[in-house]
Amino acid sequence: MKFGIYPGCSLTGSARDYNESVFALAEAFDLEFAQIPDWNCCGATAAHNLNKELSLALPARILALAEQNGLDEIIVPCAACYSRLVVTQNELKKNPELKNRIREVLEMDYHGTSKILNVIEWIDKYIIPKLDEKIVKPFNYKVACYYGCLLVRPDKVLNYDRAEDPQTMDIVMSKIGADPIYYPYKTECCGAGFSVSRTDIVSKLSGKIIEDAEHRGADAIIVACPMCHSNLDMRRSDINKYWKTEYKIPVVFVTQAIGLAIGLSSEKVGLKRHFVEVKIS
Amino acid sequence: MSHSEYNTERNSLAYSVEKNVEVHAQKCYQCGKCSAGCPVADEMDLPPSMVMRMLQTELAANDEKILRSHSIWLCVTCEMCLSRCPMEIDIPSMMDFLRQRSRSEKKVNPKAKNIIAFHKSFLNSIRFTGRLYELGLILDYKRQSLNMTQDISLAPKMISRGKLHIFPDIIKGKAQIARIFKKTSN
Repeated sequence: MKFGIYPGCSLTGSARDYNESVFALAEAFDLEFAQIPDWNCCGATAAHNLNKELSLALPARILALAEQNGLDEIIVPCAACYSRLVVTQNELKKNPELKNRIREVLEMDYHGTSKILNVIEWIDKYIIPKLDEKIVKPFNYKVACYYGCLLVRPDKVLNYDRAEDPQTMDIVMSKIGADPIYYPYKTECCGAGFSVSRTDIVSKLSGKIIEDAEHRGADAIIVACPMCHSNLDMRRSDINKYWKTEYKIPVVFVTQAIGLAIGLSSEKVGLKRHFVEVKIS
Repeated sequence: MSHSEYNTERNSLAYSVEKNVEVHAQKCYQCGKCSAGCPVADEMDLPPSMVMRMLQTELAANDEKILRSHSIWLCVTCEMCLSRCPMEIDIPSMMDFLRQRSRSEKKVNPKAKNIIAFHKSFLNSIRFTGRLYELGLILDYKRQSLNMTQDISLAPKMISRGKLHIFPDIIKGKAQIARIFKKTSN
């Protein structure tokens, strides 16, 4: 089974650890990826804040390239890219005039037929059916599953999990032996794209997400978004400085946790690249 | 005067919002759920429900305050307001529109300077290479925001963890990306 992958920019840089764990899982489960050839940045927050047409054209080019290359199903591990791609597909479907305009801008054909999967959907579809036989080291930890914003919202467009208290990641984690805790911060915003321009806001918001997980006795926060990860992990010293705390709870990608459970090493799934030390193995 | 007669004579921000992003401010009945769930409401000069109410007034002075507010730039597009709105009002799309209008009318709140500098640096980075070049982004942002010392200790830690490219990733379709930027320039 071969399907497309849109890694997005973070996974080639600040979220290399996430990328390594996604590819390590694919290898372990004999799943073959084809990277969308010559993919570009989805435009992220910057594009939709400053220029609506650009914010649709950039994701549309990615989807058009997938179509050109016969990749009907694409997995998008970054929750922010996932949201941009699905929102674009939805907008252009709703508005044929806009779709034509975007085709003109791209100088490419675009139909909007790709099936876009987020990382949990990919895991559900391709990993879970073969998971039980592969588990060698159950992930026996208390976990706070943190979905953030863009994996579940806008919920009526993404049509994925419920917007309040989503469950899909909790279910995946319980299948590898983890104990997902009740966690009312699971869909609160981490501060997202303000990491550099308003680090104070990121420190404030991310600090609350970490504090709640710590207070409830979680051993790790589980994430599925590189932006959430970088705010909760890479920004940890800013967070601790802001709140005068010493929170040490590690932030682990869902794919890394599965990797550990099937016996992959912590290097293989990229855990050594984290800022907050991960003592789980 | 009936609603529809009134509508034909409107020259308000609320009317522009309707025309451009199909968001109808008059649907809002001020339950306040958007402001209650907004993660940055306490930083805002105008919380989202207040923006909705001010739009409803269709007074030029209120429209002006909205376009000059810090709030529209503080919105992080977390989409919480939309997911909780009982009337399904797409506040995040409206915020995108208001930001763009605020810029085109040169009414940007001075406190939003760094936020916009970051967005511009981000787009500059992909305009020429097609993909985000994180190191280039940081350097360009420093140039635009003049925050020279910020995050100075972060870069070496990222490099030692293999998380920061020294050189950009340049895609083959970079000329096409440049054309996309040109054609969509607003």
